[in-house]
Amino acid sequence: MTLARDTWLVFTRQVILVLRNPVWVIVGIFQPLCFLLLFGPLLKGMPQLGGGDAYQVFVPGLLIQLAMFGTMFVGFALIAELRAGVIERMRVTPVSRLALLLGRCGRDVVSLLVQSAILVGLALPFGLDVGPGDLALAFAMLALIGLLFSSFSYGVALVVRSEDALAPLLNSVTIPLLLLSGILLPLTLGPGWLRAIAKWNPFSWAVDAARALFAGDPGDPHVWKALVIVTVLAALASVWSARRFATSVR
Amino acid sequence: MIKTSGLRKSFRSGKTTVDAVRGVDLDVGDGEIFGFLGPNGAGKTTTLRMLATLIRPDGGSALVAGVDLMQRPAEVRRRIGYVAQGGSTWEEVSAREELAYQGRLHRLSPAESRRRAAEAIESFQLTEFADRHCKTYSGGQRRRLDVALGVIHRPALVFLDEPTTGLDPQSRAHMWTEVRRLRDEGMTVFLTTHYLEEADALCDRVAIIDHGAIVALDTPAELKRQVAGDVVTLGLGADPGPLGSELERAPYVREIETTGTGLRLVVHDGPVAMPQVLRCVDAAGVPLTSIELHRPSLDDVFLARTGRTLREASS
Repeated sequence: MTLARDTWLVFTRQVILVLRNPVWVIVGIFQPLCFLLLFGPLLKGMPQLGGGDAYQVFVPGLLIQLAMFGTMFVGFALIAELRAGVIERMRVTPVSRLALLLGRCGRDVVSLLVQSAILVGLALPFGLDVGPGDLALAFAMLALIGLLFSSFSYGVALVVRSEDALAPLLNSVTIPLLLLSGILLPLTLGPGWLRAIAKWNPFSWAVDAARALFAGDPGDPHVWKALVIVTVLAALASVWSARRFATSVR
Repeated sequence: MIKTSGLRKSFRSGKTTVDAVRGVDLDVGDGEIFGFLGPNGAGKTTTLRMLATLIRPDGGSALVAGVDLMQRPAEVRRRIGYVAQGGSTWEEVSAREELAYQGRLHRLSPAESRRRAAEAIESFQLTEFADRHCKTYSGGQRRRLDVALGVIHRPALVFLDEPTTGLDPQSRAHMWTEVRRLRDEGMTVFLTTHYLEEADALCDRVAIIDHGAIVALDTPAELKRQVAGDVVTLGLGADPGPLGSELERAPYVREIETTGTGLRLVVHDGPVAMPQVLRCVDAAGVPLTSIELHRPSLDDVFLARTGRTLREASS
């Protein structure tokens, strides 16, 4: 009960801060928007992607990319807060340590979902077509991926405690994950060895699942498998990060 | 309010271990302003952060606000306030919002938090800028807000880490007034400082810390008395003659020595001794050309206990 109350307290304050300085939410959606508006039309001309249905394939990938990159760098804000002393101030109060993490992750997930909704909304005029139930399931998966990456990012931020170390570290994790997930182009276009490696990338499963959902096929086995995979990973990342919070933000 | 014994902390940096605090014994009474004076790196902040539950001591024991620090840090947190050295506010919220939020973090109801925020704005004189964002505040305004945040839940004990470092003289005087007000309201204040004048003027008792150990602990007046006593220097227009031996017999004179231009006396209490010395000089009929009283500062105490001045130690 106190955990829920404290989490809500941390969450609402974080939301206020985002609303007062929404520049990062806008910057965060700028890149996927560029892909949607400037790269998407190229795909329309590629017969391998089914021509007119290109957005059905491309938008789900963009959403997964947004979920990964939009939440991967939230650790920077935590380092800034550590430096400003606000974390330390809260440490000498009875507030739950777990709530300090969960409230922030909640803010990250909510802003990710808002960004995703904007992206989907803008893709509709280009011919994107998705059922509300399928979209809800896809958003649930996005939320889990957001939780996974934001808690991971906070955990890493608490370990390295410096922006200079955080950026290259996070980039070296995300770039291979991104390229091996078939986000920009389906991996079916690639050679066998690339597909073999990608099988081990959980986000390649997530991309396939999102595409199945946008194709109106929630029964595709990729969907439940991807949901199980990201749920387990999100749980692991949260527990690890919560432990980091508990030891370094004692 | 605080009782520690053998409090220790070392930090490892690479292969070397630095003993930041090595066995600190303290006894801070209820309702006093207790000052922790020492140069940068002496272990002041480390000790304060240990007592405020932010870092775990390597050894020793401590009772803080009546609670065992090692066994029940969470309970200690409820009872104390803590104001860090470097500030503690977000840029894009106002003092009023921060104060109310801090009340909520201390489990006060929303209405009570708002009420306390309004009270704190009044008593810490934040009214003028209470609804502006913190990024617009001056250093002194920020510091007052930091302290107000630290005591919003009315703790019995508040820790202030270098509350006046970097403030201009006017803001510093303002902060002293706030600290005294907290004490007058019944709070115990534990503060660190590397300003001698601050320890002297503000604190009821002072502990001097150097290289992680306490080298002196008492009221500022008593520390100074133990170290040196007050010095009265007399410039005389003629040979003192029997005046010297007469003063030597006086009960208030501890030491006497002849200088090239007169006499130098070490006395117990300068302001009280001065008129008596004057009468004595007058009665002896020796012409007096100058008289000067020098009272020792905490810097003399620091020098006597550590072999160097605080300014040397800080640089």
